[in-house]
Amino acid sequence: MIRRGATHSGSWGRGGVTVLLLAPFFALFLAVTLIPIGYAIYLSLFREQAGGLGFGGTSQVFSGIANYARALADPAYQAGFLVTATYCLLYIPLMLCAALGLALLIDSTLARARRFFQLALFLPHAVPGVIAALVWVYLYTPGISPVVGALNGIGVPVDFLGAGGALPSVVNIAIWEWTGYNMVIFYAALQAIPRELLEAARLDGASGARVALSVKVPLIRPSLVLTGLFTVIGSLQLFTEPMILHRSAPAVISTWTPNMYAYGAAFDRSDYGLAAAASVLLAVAAAVLSFVITRFGAGRAGRSTA
Amino acid sequence: MTITQPRPPHTRTRLTGGVDRAPRRWTLSRTAVNAALILATAYTLLPVLWLLTASGKDTGDLIGGRGLALDRLHLGANLRALAEQDGGIYFRWYLNSLLYAGIGALVCAFVCVCAGYAFQVYAFRGKEKLFGIVLLGVLIPTTALALPMYLVASKIGLVNTFWAVFIPTLVNPFGVYLARVFTAGYVPGDVLEAARVDGAGELRTFWQVGLRMVLPGFTTVFLFQFTAIWNNFLLPLVMLANTKLFPLSLGLYSWNSQTSVDPTFYPLVVLGSLLAILPLIIAFVCLQRFWKAGLTAGSVK
Repeated sequence: MIRRGATHSGSWGRGGVTVLLLAPFFALFLAVTLIPIGYAIYLSLFREQAGGLGFGGTSQVFSGIANYARALADPAYQAGFLVTATYCLLYIPLMLCAALGLALLIDSTLARARRFFQLALFLPHAVPGVIAALVWVYLYTPGISPVVGALNGIGVPVDFLGAGGALPSVVNIAIWEWTGYNMVIFYAALQAIPRELLEAARLDGASGARVALSVKVPLIRPSLVLTGLFTVIGSLQLFTEPMILHRSAPAVISTWTPNMYAYGAAFDRSDYGLAAAASVLLAVAAAVLSFVITRFGAGRAGRSTA
Repeated sequence: MTITQPRPPHTRTRLTGGVDRAPRRWTLSRTAVNAALILATAYTLLPVLWLLTASGKDTGDLIGGRGLALDRLHLGANLRALAEQDGGIYFRWYLNSLLYAGIGALVCAFVCVCAGYAFQVYAFRGKEKLFGIVLLGVLIPTTALALPMYLVASKIGLVNTFWAVFIPTLVNPFGVYLARVFTAGYVPGDVLEAARVDGAGELRTFWQVGLRMVLPGFTTVFLFQFTAIWNNFLLPLVMLANTKLFPLSLGLYSWNSQTSVDPTFYPLVVLGSLLAILPLIIAFVCLQRFWKAGLTAGSVK
């Protein structure tokens, strides 16, 4: 049987099989990643001019960087970046500290029921972003929410959906969704630390907290940088949660984040050139930030194994 | 933890005193550590708990803030309403999500394992450069691609079809990275060499030896992609207008949009959300080790 296989597939050879195995991925990668990016860049250089009443077809007019200039000059787009920056400053340190803190707590010799805590804290990752946002919006809505009711009952007036509460409310949803996921990554990294190292530190008289902060945290720095990188990239793409809050919180306007701006440009205004330019700018911002993080975060963390 | 923090200087100088005190201090910090974990868990579980108890409430109790109460349950009535709304479209969405995520993740995992295996096992010119492109792809979030994909799909007339949502989910550069790491870990080179010596061709070696050995990695990639597709929102939002093609996330979003006009949609959204998270929670609990394998490979390396 094996011999028959040899004569049958021998004709492929190593090179042929390599191409055969790589081709499906790269064909799909080309179709759904490279071509769309290229097409978006192409579209961003044109302006659509409606003929007549907007019916009877439109014509494409080359406009150079006009769409980029329009997007960058639009106060709504600028405001979106400001919201995203504020969101990042609030969300990223809070979430990463919480995830790291919880990982260290579970990793400490004092924790009980480690498996239970891990599983419970990881649970939000099984909840789609749309559903997480829906449930939290209900928990923010006065009347529906038992939380708002209870807080008002003890004399604490809260307005999760008001002008000042909207951003922290979105941050809270993101913290809820991602803390456990990143905690598991950190915990896995902590578990990989050689035990002798920790015992040596303890024999030197370092307390549990001291070992955690001075020995464990520096050792899992590559994980921290990589996680930080993915968190920054994810944060720039903020869309689902504010999109759902948009219905309940007037402060979350339809151009609240750059991604919502691009979506609105495409679907509310049918301005594909502007939408493409806004998307490309956002992707460039993400690329620049990830370059900066991998460069200065930790020398080798961003690079792969081989 | 906060209790032990000021202590280190003392423990270092007064070792014996430290040992004497140890039991008491330990119980205190043990309580603090576990209390902090319980608090974090309570915060994490609150929305899920609310979803669980609220799914059995009627519209009045739900918008009256009685979501967490344990009495006056109408789960049966809510289920019936869910099944009857818009001619049972909810279960159509459920089936769509299972198809998008199930078949999509299966094909994606296979494509990724093929590529990851080739990257690990074969030497060819420009290999690491090509792999660098894959790694760059990891950094491009799918959200950023949704709009460009829509622009392409509308150009070639694929918008508002099954394929518009299905095809983009077949690609996951991170899956290729994972598959390569797993191939390195699970498929020893000498086993492949032995198969070759026995006369098996390269394709047969991959199919009958490599693929079988890397099966745990295949499962991990499948689970990651299944979750990603199940959670996907922006792509179906931009691609689909026909409600019959909606996945659960988009369907629930559209029902939620109607709650401001008709509050009887609230119980439908809540119960629908609860049923929508069940498959993933079951998959998480049953297949824990595959999750951890993926997260570890993605971070520690």
